Amino acid sequence: MSADLGWWGVPLAILAGTLRGSAPFLFVSLGECLTEKSGKINLGLEGSLLMGAMSAYAISYLTGSPWTGVIVAGIAGMALGGIHGWLAQQPRVNDVAVGIAMIIFGSGLAFFLGKPFIQPVAPQLPSIAFGSWSSSPQLESALRVSPLFILGVLIAPLMQWFFRSTRWGLLVRAVGDSPDAARAMGISIFKVRLLSIMVGSALAGVGGAFLSLYYPGSWTERISSGQGLMAVALVIFARWNPMQCLYASLLFGGAQAIGPALQSVGVDAYYYLFNASPYILTLLIMIITCSPKRTLTGVPGALGQTQE
Amino acid sequence: MTISWRSQLEKVCIPIGALLVSLIIFGVFCAFAGANPFGVYHSIYRAAFGTWGSFQNTLIRAAPLMLSSLCTLLPARLGLVIIGNEGAIVIGGVAAVAAGLTLADFGLPTLMIQLGMALAGMLIGGLWIGAVGALRHYRAVNETISSLLLNYIAIALMNHLVNGPMRDPSSLNKPSSFPIPDVHMLGNLPGTRVHYGLLYGIIACAIAYFLIQRTTFGFAARTAGGNIRAARLAGLPVGKLTMAICFLAGSCAGLAGMVEVAAVHGRANESLNANYGYGGVLVAFIARQNPLAASLVSLLLGGILASGGILQRSHNLPDATVLVFQGIVFLVVLFSDSLYGKLAIFQARSVSLPPAAPAATSV
Amino acid sequence: MRTRPPFPLSRRQVLRGLLATSAFGLTVKLGACADSSAGGGGGSADNLVMGFVYVGPRDDYGYNQAHAEGHDHASTLEGVTTVEEANVPETTAVQESIRSMIDLDGASVIFATSFGYFDPHVLALAEEYPDVQFFHCGGLYQEGVHPENVGSYFGYIDEAQYIAGIVAAHASNSKRLGFIAAKPIPQVLRNINSFTLGARSIDPSVTTQVIFTGDWSLPVREAEAANSMADQGVDVLTCHVDSPKVVVETAERRGIFSSGYHANQVDLAPTGYLTGAEWNWAGVYEQYVQMIQEGKTLMNGGIPHLVRGGLQEEFLKLSPYGSAVSEEAKKAADAAKAQIVSGELVIYDGEIKDNQGTVVIENGKKLEQTALELEQMDWLVEGVSGSVG
Repeated sequence: MSADLGWWGVPLAILAGTLRGSAPFLFVSLGECLTEKSGKINLGLEGSLLMGAMSAYAISYLTGSPWTGVIVAGIAGMALGGIHGWLAQQPRVNDVAVGIAMIIFGSGLAFFLGKPFIQPVAPQLPSIAFGSWSSSPQLESALRVSPLFILGVLIAPLMQWFFRSTRWGLLVRAVGDSPDAARAMGISIFKVRLLSIMVGSALAGVGGAFLSLYYPGSWTERISSGQGLMAVALVIFARWNPMQCLYASLLFGGAQAIGPALQSVGVDAYYYLFNASPYILTLLIMIITCSPKRTLTGVPGALGQTQE
Repeated sequence: MTISWRSQLEKVCIPIGALLVSLIIFGVFCAFAGANPFGVYHSIYRAAFGTWGSFQNTLIRAAPLMLSSLCTLLPARLGLVIIGNEGAIVIGGVAAVAAGLTLADFGLPTLMIQLGMALAGMLIGGLWIGAVGALRHYRAVNETISSLLLNYIAIALMNHLVNGPMRDPSSLNKPSSFPIPDVHMLGNLPGTRVHYGLLYGIIACAIAYFLIQRTTFGFAARTAGGNIRAARLAGLPVGKLTMAICFLAGSCAGLAGMVEVAAVHGRANESLNANYGYGGVLVAFIARQNPLAASLVSLLLGGILASGGILQRSHNLPDATVLVFQGIVFLVVLFSDSLYGKLAIFQARSVSLPPAAPAATSV
Repeated sequence: MRTRPPFPLSRRQVLRGLLATSAFGLTVKLGACADSSAGGGGGSADNLVMGFVYVGPRDDYGYNQAHAEGHDHASTLEGVTTVEEANVPETTAVQESIRSMIDLDGASVIFATSFGYFDPHVLALAEEYPDVQFFHCGGLYQEGVHPENVGSYFGYIDEAQYIAGIVAAHASNSKRLGFIAAKPIPQVLRNINSFTLGARSIDPSVTTQVIFTGDWSLPVREAEAANSMADQGVDVLTCHVDSPKVVVETAERRGIFSSGYHANQVDLAPTGYLTGAEWNWAGVYEQYVQMIQEGKTLMNGGIPHLVRGGLQEEFLKLSPYGSAVSEEAKKAADAAKAQIVSGELVIYDGEIKDNQGTVVIENGKKLEQTALELEQMDWLVEGVSGSVG
């Protein structure tokens, strides 16, 4: 057994952190991507994430089947998404405001219902050991991957294809880009948006299930620490492109590991700032890559407009 | 003038109706949780509004929300969605402490020190959100995401400062900056236990209302918020407007941070990060970006927060109940916005009304 | 009535004057009728109403749960009614919560359990309510500086950490222990150092790796820290964060040992849980109730203002040894525990060097638990890798 990896531990920890920690970002950002493509913003995915985490853990504990938990988490997310999708489409109702109210409502409900499930230990999701060939226990552990993460990675190109090449994807894009044209085509904007928001919120719920049933793998009220909100921001960073959501999520998942990994090899100064590095990095990248000369590619035209 | 009284009545009845409906929904929720809804109503009233003593509780909780809400509210008139309130509060608080400590070293009189703290908080808070406006204008960086990121960065910066360069070595187990001497702290409003932050909040809301509704500056901002391209064609300096509004917004939040430091904590530490930021965002939108309404909505939210404790103590409901209550109230109030002009009872027979107060709607 | 402190307490003069007469009494009565479980009229002679305030959720498997368990025990005692509030932030909110406990529920004794409640919140309230006794968890009371109706209580939990260190050293194969800590503050450093000293009393080659997460509750970062330590060959993990749940569970999943903190976490890690440093607030709160029911108060000098205790005073306990603890380890740990209880063993017994090689406690110097130097600890002991900077 190689006891001490030393500095090699840092890239390994970042790799492992990426494989372990990026799934919640991935699911929420894909969900938000779908939502925003249809022309609405849902900041409330933080609430869906928490509700998903709680319900997955509770159901997994009650039924003994973590996968049932994942499904219920998706349904719980979908229900919250239904409220958001319906409410945010009422005339003169601002979707950002509804989103923040949904964060409060969703997290409140999750904490309220989740009280009895903080103490028990629920069965966890299994993992696939891609590193079983390795003699290094560190590498083996790092390469242990959740099937749920793989599912998320598969959804990204699938969603890309959905937007590009399917009729339904075209409908969503049309509703998001030019609602008037879509209306002229005879599409029900309300239904398309409602469905997009519900599916998006369901994805966030599944992301929550990952938090409580795989990594860190327990239900506590601080479990998300704002990851849902961050993932919403990721979508803008990723230019409403599902594949770029994947890359951005991997970046953020890995960045979470930087602070602790550096400390574990003895870099102790400035850890507050190291821990804030993902945020600083994102801001810098945005400052560099954005430009007032051209509008962002991929931005849905109707985004941020309230219906009168 | 039947039209006018009907629409006035509508403006009063819809919010009140929304509150009643949300109370009913919450009551049903409590009944499911095994508590007596009427007992709960009584407790909420008692804890938030029942006596002058408990109403002060509401006022104290509302005070920081008023200033915080302006940080979202003002840019919203320009069509910008800024949620960086928390960061501006934290960074404004840190700046206020730094200024207060420096000025106290020079032995200045209390009034000067408080003024210096307020100005420092407002300046740094203003620059913090002003930077968001500048990034928006010059680099087209989305203001929502950049202000969100700046929240995390501000909190990390504050933690770094109070654990390192600004740390008072005698603050052993809760790393803090050096304390502002007691004599320089903001006091309470006469006859109350409510600190001066409430007064600042009300004044700031009034000024903001005047600025937006009654000045050419406000008119220009509203115009630009309506349609940026049209505003450019009309020769309005959109960039300067954006940065000026963002600066003002940030300075309100910075002032909130200063008040937290100068009236409550006396020093900068992790307690500064107390979630007044997101509360303020919600208040701003619920108030439909009207600064006067924002002060009332802050009172409402303050009352809800004030009643959170008694739900736990008297009804054995978990601490999250107040979050659920808050969520229900705001979702219902938001929904009620869509009812203006829809309910027949408030419509004059012959005239079909446009929605009330078009100037106040979001863009 | 009573001596007023020399402060311009305009609010109190107005409020007390007006409300204490009629309106206030009426409200309390009305409230007591409406709410069956509220203090029952508040503060009657033979019924003691105690208010408890926690900074986080009351069942967090950690700091707040330890206090809540103490509260639950206190609430079963005869003649005692308790009210509690969880998730109260360290802002004006805590002042208002306590105020309503006093005004609406008639509480005459307050236990403010979070460290950050003390200054300015508890101090401000103590000035305002000179008849109410405020007990703050944290040991911050200073004679002559703070109001006389304020008391502090705290436990020397590093004694339990020392024992946990002994158990950890026996269990560890790699001789590398891991400590996940929130912030480099004296209380935390003292736990890290005592844990390490305990381990090195068994085997001087043992080292402890420290990772500071930066805040009291950051589950993902705690899990990340636990994993990167496991990667670095650490095989016993312990922590000082608000809720050790994630750390203990992650250690169990990585197949390494864990040592708990605050409360008993054995259910979370049935194979790898060694032992844990736990608070025994139930006993402490019961002692307070006893004293108060005997008519003693902080103000009449019957209750000491500063109550601190360790294993000897039963302020602490150790989680029952887990299945992985060897007989030899149990024997060594029990022996050390007996020595600490008898006062024979002093943890900070010179010569002790910090991890930079500087002598921090000279040869022959013994720092008892009450020593002021320990309260201000800003160093990590030899054998700890990490820095406070």
